[in-house]
Amino acid sequence: MNEPILDVRALVKRYATVTAVDGVSFAVNPGICFGLLGPNGAGKTTTIEIMEGILSATSGEVRYRGEPLGRRSREESGILFQRTALQDFLTVRQSLTLFRNLYARGHSVDELIKLCELEKLQNRDTRKLSGGQQQRLLLAIALANDPAVLFLDEPTTGLDPQARRNFWDLVQSIKSSGKTILLTTHYMEEAELLCDEIAIMDRGRIIAQGRPRELLRQHFAEILLELPRQDFPAQARALPLRLFEAGDRIEITTDDLDGTLRALMDARVRLTQLRIRPPNLEDLFLELTGSELRA
Amino acid sequence: MIKRLLATWHARNLEFVRDRSTLIFTLIVPIALVVGMGIVFGGPERPLFKVGVLTSQLAAERDAFLHERYVDFVPVNDRADAIRKVGRHQLDLLLDPSGGDHYWVNTDSPKGYIAEKLLLAADPGAQRESVTGAAIRYVDWLFPGVLGMNMMFSCLFGVGYVVLRYRKSGFLKRLYATPLTSFEFLSAQVLSRLSLVMLVTVILYCGVAPIIHFHTAGSVLLLFCIALVGALSLIALGLTIAASVSSEELVGGVLNLMTWPMMLLSGIWYSLEGSPHWVRLLSQVFPLTHVLNAARAVMIDGAGIVQVAPDLAYLVITALAFLAFGAWSFHWRLE
Repeated sequence: MNEPILDVRALVKRYATVTAVDGVSFAVNPGICFGLLGPNGAGKTTTIEIMEGILSATSGEVRYRGEPLGRRSREESGILFQRTALQDFLTVRQSLTLFRNLYARGHSVDELIKLCELEKLQNRDTRKLSGGQQQRLLLAIALANDPAVLFLDEPTTGLDPQARRNFWDLVQSIKSSGKTILLTTHYMEEAELLCDEIAIMDRGRIIAQGRPRELLRQHFAEILLELPRQDFPAQARALPLRLFEAGDRIEITTDDLDGTLRALMDARVRLTQLRIRPPNLEDLFLELTGSELRA
Repeated sequence: MIKRLLATWHARNLEFVRDRSTLIFTLIVPIALVVGMGIVFGGPERPLFKVGVLTSQLAAERDAFLHERYVDFVPVNDRADAIRKVGRHQLDLLLDPSGGDHYWVNTDSPKGYIAEKLLLAADPGAQRESVTGAAIRYVDWLFPGVLGMNMMFSCLFGVGYVVLRYRKSGFLKRLYATPLTSFEFLSAQVLSRLSLVMLVTVILYCGVAPIIHFHTAGSVLLLFCIALVGALSLIALGLTIAASVSSEELVGGVLNLMTWPMMLLSGIWYSLEGSPHWVRLLSQVFPLTHVLNAARAVMIDGAGIVQVAPDLAYLVITALAFLAFGAWSFHWRLE
């Protein structure tokens, strides 16, 4: 078995009035995309920033290739923060040149421009980039040192769907080059598409960890039914079904679709707006925490 | 290390040079100030006589001249320095009541002539010592002051606000995630600001001096060194303010707290001779006072390195102390 490239052990981060990370442990194997999922305030960013060496932990430790974090981990990591501003009045190429020169080794500026599809933007002032273009530039900066580990902290928050898809394509091509990626997100679609392994965090703790499909298999029957709440009469709640309330919807999980549909029709439940779909990670979060994902 | 430092220095220079509005403001304001103040204060002399009186006791009770109205009697201790000022028309007359009523007057000075008549009317036995020398125009005296003031604003606000802006925007945090050390980052900021301030100061000097017909009496190289060390001390002072603060209001307040006393008490606009002792003592704390003392000594009196050595030493010591404190208290990110 591979030695983990990142090993997080009993990590705790306490502030004056709050414990942001409360005894988190997990390991990340080389070459995979590991997702830290959870709502805002779950402790994802604090955890990833401790792993990046930006924040110090109250207790516990992070090891990079078996060593404590230090110069080597800093030289071999690429980071895309949740929010980063760049120096004013510099072009895309000049910003990349600045960051490239801060590392001893890495991609050339031309390679970075090609890698993140910035050819047409290279002479543009960075303040005039759109949200998606800005994220592509920040990704190129994160790749300046050709890192072994890439940290992406909610990289597509605030992007339009097209820019988000474009960014996912870039991340997938980086992933295919063998780099280890650590991604935090509250977009379940993003995690399902990109992550080989996930850990779901809530209130500073990991509440589930594993491969997405395995986690879904462990926690769900194969099929999920969704109905509007108003179509679900009170007497139907007494049926022997696994029911969850999700906002204005009622969700039912089952491995016996025929039997469940018959039971619903017998209880005079209107099925006009019934939706049948496989469960996803958001359903898993709901199942695990008993609450809506707080975006 | 040098590569990282140069990369950061270069990027900061580009940012400054491309910020056209700030650049133009930095160049235009001091030129306008020198020319404007020269016009306003360069006209007829004010009708006030300034008489230096040697010894700590004015002995007013035994010298009728010292009761004259509309005469500003300034106690002086350094006889040689006071005689030099009579030569420069900075004092209209110098009187030594304790030494047989000797007095010194510039035979080329119209105000000196009138002051002498007043003295002789009150004390006919006073003994005259003649001094000669051309007057210093106010604009000559003001020119180093305005150059120094421009330098002060550029150094303090240029570094203080820039580092704070970087910290608030998260740019410092992004740099922290690279192998760049705080020493390299701070050195790049100091060197960038220092090179830009020196460039602007040299441009201003070369641009304004011919307009106001100003010629430096001493070594221009020494003058450059004074400006360099002075700018370093002021930049380092700006760094100490911005090193760990994360509030724009606080940085603005502290910078104003630093700049306004220096504006008023460093001798930019007027000489502090004749001011209360505590004011002159307080003025010695400010680096700008030492920049201007040394610069005026070289520009107007032709002083050499020995004469300005105490001011230079003060500037070097404060620069090192501020840099050390700034580096020690520097924070990359908002806590």
